[in-house]
Amino acid sequence: MKQTLISKGLGNAATTAVRLLFAAVAAFPIVFMMVSSLKPDQQIFGDMSSVAAFLPVGNISLDNYAAVFDRVPAARFLMNSIGISAVTVVLGIFINSLCAFALSRMEVRGKRVVFTAILATLIVPFQTLALPLVWWVNQLPYFELNGFSLEISKGWLDTYQVQIIPFIANAFSIYLFHQYFESIPKELDEAARIDGAGWFTIYRKVVMPLAGPATATVAILTFLPAWNSYLWPLMVVQSEELRPVMIGIQYFFQLNVSWGEVMAYASLITIPVVVLFIAFQRSFINSIASSGVKG
Amino acid sequence: MTTTQLPSPGRRLADPAPAAPPSKPRRRPRHIREQISGWGMIAPAAVLLLAFVFLPAILGFGLAFTNARLVSPRPVEFVGADNFARLFADPVFWRSLLNVSYFAVVVVPVQSGLALAMALLINKKFRGVNFFRTIYFLPVVTSMVVVSLLWMFMYRKDGLINELLSAASFGLINGPDWLNDPATAMPAIIALSIWQAAGFHMIIWLAGLQSISGELYEAAQLDGASRWHQFRYVTWPGLTHTRTLVLVTITIQALGLFDQVSVMTQGGPLDSTTTIIYEAVRSGFKQQETSYASAISLVFFVLVLLISAVQRYLTREKD
Repeated sequence: MKQTLISKGLGNAATTAVRLLFAAVAAFPIVFMMVSSLKPDQQIFGDMSSVAAFLPVGNISLDNYAAVFDRVPAARFLMNSIGISAVTVVLGIFINSLCAFALSRMEVRGKRVVFTAILATLIVPFQTLALPLVWWVNQLPYFELNGFSLEISKGWLDTYQVQIIPFIANAFSIYLFHQYFESIPKELDEAARIDGAGWFTIYRKVVMPLAGPATATVAILTFLPAWNSYLWPLMVVQSEELRPVMIGIQYFFQLNVSWGEVMAYASLITIPVVVLFIAFQRSFINSIASSGVKG
Repeated sequence: MTTTQLPSPGRRLADPAPAAPPSKPRRRPRHIREQISGWGMIAPAAVLLLAFVFLPAILGFGLAFTNARLVSPRPVEFVGADNFARLFADPVFWRSLLNVSYFAVVVVPVQSGLALAMALLINKKFRGVNFFRTIYFLPVVTSMVVVSLLWMFMYRKDGLINELLSAASFGLINGPDWLNDPATAMPAIIALSIWQAAGFHMIIWLAGLQSISGELYEAAQLDGASRWHQFRYVTWPGLTHTRTLVLVTITIQALGLFDQVSVMTQGGPLDSTTTIIYEAVRSGFKQQETSYASAISLVFFVLVLLISAVQRYLTREKD
């Protein structure tokens, strides 16, 4: 008995050690990035051979951040990404939940076919679509209201909408909303209909207020790729003033780059997501767990 | 309209009357109104999916057999399988296929194994479980582009990785210039990819682990099963579905390798890190050969379908 207690204690200590080891491996690059963003280049390299590489010690300042805002239009990139992500998330939640609502709760003829077709799009990875999509958006007409005259030009390349509109409708979001709506009792709709509510009112006042968790999941699963998008804007955006944050890193691909500044920019575009993650941890982890179903 | 004497449950014909008595049970006839508002609600998403998923997918298929360029004054012409003939004769394409296979063959088992280990480490409730879960998951919320930039710095000859290796071996290991050596560039990309994505699959494993009933473990403990036996005979069989899921998602992710390569190596040195998607983007975007890029994308898509079909089949067989 004593033997097993000792071995159990040892086992626990070993488990804790392994847990800590994994945590150290997971965290050290991020800690290194954030700590280095506060140091001048010379010190980053000087600290590298000691534990100081992971500690905010020595000559600590926000100079690198100031330099980043000087060197690249970082504020503009941040605003662009915030705007693009926010619009994609808000419109995505609205349009996909609306579609899922009709598919789940209304007697619409042919909805089964539509739902199957929507789910079928899940097998196509975005990388497959990206290149034909570039060609395709370049053929699309673009309407611009200029004063009182409507101007029509060809091609969506190099605009905000090309970074937003293709990503609003999402089969997986529709699927998630649909699954969630199925779990909300349909009697609620009946009751509302007796009170004379129209379908849109039922959607807005009855079903959506109950769909908080699904909305959070969809919001996160739309926000992350929108914020992180790189391949797409790389191909469709040329103007500096339209670029999102991830494309901003290209400014640091020069020879005489200051690594302190690179780390500052990298931290700058990572911190908003990390803050959101820590604030909404449970929702983030649930979202990822549900996104696994997609495979 | 005549009705039979019997209160038959037979369906009534759809009557166009705008409002049915509200007390009717659910199986009321389908109203035109419900059809219209229903389709009105489906339409925005359906139209967008049609325009930005279905159409480009079909277009991609079609463009692969043409000579379309991104910007070109010439009309698009059908050229048959020319693009594919050129593709299959291109050694860089085969190299990219080889690189991606190398990547997948290492990443799939190592990443899913590490992710399972992490999931097992934080499966039980203990003090600080939230702390560990947050830390393990942190790399996942960090964008791959940032991760690539950061590791590019760490992989320098005088970078953090080599300093750590040197410190851990008391100065014995003198690390290479990871990303500029054809022999080490791909392993370096593999390591950072696993580091970034393992937390994602940890969460999927965790969901699977938590779906296994605790009673099974209690029964196994009563029978005196060791921890290993519990894992072998309770946990592992309980994870069959999760296993398929993890394998399929990791493999598809691995085949789609792009961001890391684009940021860190641009396919080099000596094509040792180029990938299928990187080649597609290089020809489709940099050289504006939409048709050739579409052909590569099509090959990629067929590969993804094939592999997920094979994997599903293999993992199902074992049940």
